[in-house]
Amino acid sequence: MDEPRLRQLIPEVIGVLVRRGADFASAEDAVQEALVTAIRTWPEDPPRDAKGWLVTVSWRKHLDLRRSESARQGREVALDLEPPPGPVPTVDDTLRLYFLCAHPSLTPASAVALTLRAVGGLTTRQIAEAYLVPEATMAQRISRAKRRIAQVPLDQPGDLPTVLRVLYLIYNEGHSGEVDLATEAIRVTRQLVGGADDPEVAGLLALMLLHHARRAARTDAAGRLVPLAEQDRSRWDPALVAEGVGILQSALARDRLGEYQAQAAIAALHADARRFEETDWVQIVEWYDELVALTGSDVARLNRAVAVGAADGALAGLAALAEVDPAIPRHTAASAYLHELAGQLAEAADLYAAAARAASNLAERDHLTRRAAWLRQRTDQG
Amino acid sequence: MAKYLLLKHYRGAPAAVNDVAMDRWTPEEIDAHMAYMDDFATKLGETGEFVDGQALRPEGAWVRYDGEGRPPVTDGPFPETKDLIAGWMIIDVDSWDRAVELAGELSAAPGAGGKPIHEWLEVRPFFDAPPTSGD
Repeated sequence: MDEPRLRQLIPEVIGVLVRRGADFASAEDAVQEALVTAIRTWPEDPPRDAKGWLVTVSWRKHLDLRRSESARQGREVALDLEPPPGPVPTVDDTLRLYFLCAHPSLTPASAVALTLRAVGGLTTRQIAEAYLVPEATMAQRISRAKRRIAQVPLDQPGDLPTVLRVLYLIYNEGHSGEVDLATEAIRVTRQLVGGADDPEVAGLLALMLLHHARRAARTDAAGRLVPLAEQDRSRWDPALVAEGVGILQSALARDRLGEYQAQAAIAALHADARRFEETDWVQIVEWYDELVALTGSDVARLNRAVAVGAADGALAGLAALAEVDPAIPRHTAASAYLHELAGQLAEAADLYAAAARAASNLAERDHLTRRAAWLRQRTDQG
Repeated sequence: MAKYLLLKHYRGAPAAVNDVAMDRWTPEEIDAHMAYMDDFATKLGETGEFVDGQALRPEGAWVRYDGEGRPPVTDGPFPETKDLIAGWMIIDVDSWDRAVELAGELSAAPGAGGKPIHEWLEVRPFFDAPPTSGD
């Protein structure tokens, strides 16, 4: 059994333990221990029934943990050594796990970590490596999060927008270490689509798939960022595009628009253009209008201004940009792009250089610096 | 083995010989610089001397405690005169001489005109761990 399939079983197994009477925190601990054992022993000695194995071993670990706990407390606690028979796990169990792990009382960083562990079935070491922090730090973050949600009743209604935000955060973290967080986010979102009857979940999955389809084209062999306009579109993954578009269309047909569906629609329109010049910017601007109406977000307004520049000309774009709070990230970069589009190359170069100084990641900083250098070279010669 | 910090400054270090802002280089010169830096880090990884490398964004602020029950005082953005660290590399090498050799190599990274920048880097030894034997 491969590791992703193994991980898929984790939330179900936690669900079984909780239904047998374990509290979430100890169920999660026990399953994590069983998982670490599985990763170590299965390659040599794979079980016939993977899920049955995980349930049995996790339950045993849970009992061990409780025994040592009660021994520490120095009192006798009657333990049912045989697991009580429980109903088969349902979709609702897994859904409740999502709600618990991405509980609104948790900070985003804690919700992300807990979701990756309990829903995603990653080990603490893998999560720590993906976020470039020491394993002890991540372990502490997870156990604090578990203590925090210990008081949350399992039957409390969940907050779906928080869950979606956490999943999108995980997707956007990209990847480092042995686990690819973007792929992981897609996997757990896919799992959620079956359980949560809301077109926004499908919208988020479509958005992730459509972004993911472009991934190979987004950097070149030297690791440099390639902007959308210059991407080699033959390197976009047509299967992922088709899947994303299909999921989006069924979601939109339900006529309950939300921010993720709107963003996915924009991504789908980009995916639909065989060449950058064929992009349907007029429709993209309309979707940005929807997005701004839905979210009121300044980031959406900023991106809308860039799209207006492409649809109606650079000056219209600059006019739209003038309405956006200049303090938001990438404002200077957007301004640089629109000035370049307007043919004001010297101003554009200065703005790109300023945007590079304000960039929040190195790939973007290097890209903006190169853009400034390239424009300066052209203006110096011209 | 001993650890050393190679410290790079946005400002505050003596001026480099080839001191031109990166956005005034050609795109090819930028690429050559990036490739040199990548190769340097890769090579140190292969020799078993690389520990860590991080880059810092240029913004930030001074912060200090302002007494019980009061929020910390911040003083920022930094004035143009402030010494500003851009990033560091930590290496674990046999000797001070090796640390200096590597810092020299890093400082030779190509800049404008494809010529070495001759950037001044700060090299700082870490405190050693106390010896486990001998007293």
